[in-house]
Amino acid sequence: MSESTNMQCDDALRLLAQYLDRELSDGEHADMERHLRTCRSCFSRAEFEQRLKGELAALSAAAVPSALQDRIRVLLDNTR
Amino acid sequence: MSGVAAPRGASDTAWFSDAVVAILPELYGTARRLTKNAADAEDLAAEAVARAWRGRESLSDSNAFRHWMHRILANTYASWWRSARVRPVEEPLADEDSAEDRFSLFERLHQPFLLWFSTPEQEFLNKLLREDLERAIDQLPETFRVAVVLADVQGLSYQEIAHALRIPIGTVRSRLARGRAALQKALWQHGLDAGLVKAPAARSNNV
Repeated sequence: MSESTNMQCDDALRLLAQYLDRELSDGEHADMERHLRTCRSCFSRAEFEQRLKGELAALSAAAVPSALQDRIRVLLDNTR
Repeated sequence: MSGVAAPRGASDTAWFSDAVVAILPELYGTARRLTKNAADAEDLAAEAVARAWRGRESLSDSNAFRHWMHRILANTYASWWRSARVRPVEEPLADEDSAEDRFSLFERLHQPFLLWFSTPEQEFLNKLLREDLERAIDQLPETFRVAVVLADVQGLSYQEIAHALRIPIGTVRSRLARGRAALQKALWQHGLDAGLVKAPAARSNNV
C-alpha cells in the first residue's frame, strides 16, 4: 500500500471501475494514474481488472450464421 | 472508412453495406450475449441494421460508424425490453452494498499462499475459456447482464447505457458494480468446480 501520493488505496479501489471505463474527470484520471505508478498492489488489481474487461470485449466477435448473412444481404440489397 | 463525413444519398448504399458486413460478427456476438439465444440474436442484429439504414442521416462521421451501430443495437434491444418481446424480471435491488456486491475475484486469487505461483490471478485468466465467460455472463440476473454486456462487451459509455435503458447514470454505475461482482463470483465458483484454483483457496469459498 502506498502513502506517497495524494490518493489513498481506498479511493483508488473505489474509483477503479470508473477509471477503467474512462468515466473519471481529467483530474481524477491523472490522480489515479499517479497512484498506480507508485502502488504495486493497486496496479496489480488494475491490471487484472483491465485484462478481464478485455476478455469480455473479445466475446463480441462471433461467427455469423449463414442465415443471418443472407438476411442482411437481402435487407441491404433492398436499399439499393 | 477513411473519410470524415459519411457519404450521402443513393450512392452511399455500397459504403453502408460494406460497413455493416465488416462489423456483423461483433454485432451478432453482442446480440448473442444480450438475447442469450441464436434466433433472437439474428432478429436483433437484423432489426438493428434495418433501423440503422433508416436513421443513417444521423451518422455525421463515417469513422464513428462502429460505435453508432453498437448504440443502435443497444437501443433496439432496450426497446424490445420495454415491449412484450423481452420481459425483464426485476430482481430485488434492496440490500445495497452487501458483501455479495463487493466480491472481488482478484482478492480471492491474490492470496499470500498462492503468490509463489507468480501471479495466480493472471494464471487464472489464462485458464479461462471463452465458453466459461459466456456461461458466467448468461447466468447473470437480467438487469445486471444487460449493463455488463453494454459496458464491457460493447464498450458503451455510462451515458449511452443510461440513454438506452432510460435509467439514471447512478443506476448504471450500481448495476455495473453489482453485475461485475456477480460475474466474478460466478467465475470464482467455476474455478473451484473445475479445479482451476488450488485447494487451499477453496476454504474461503463462502462470501
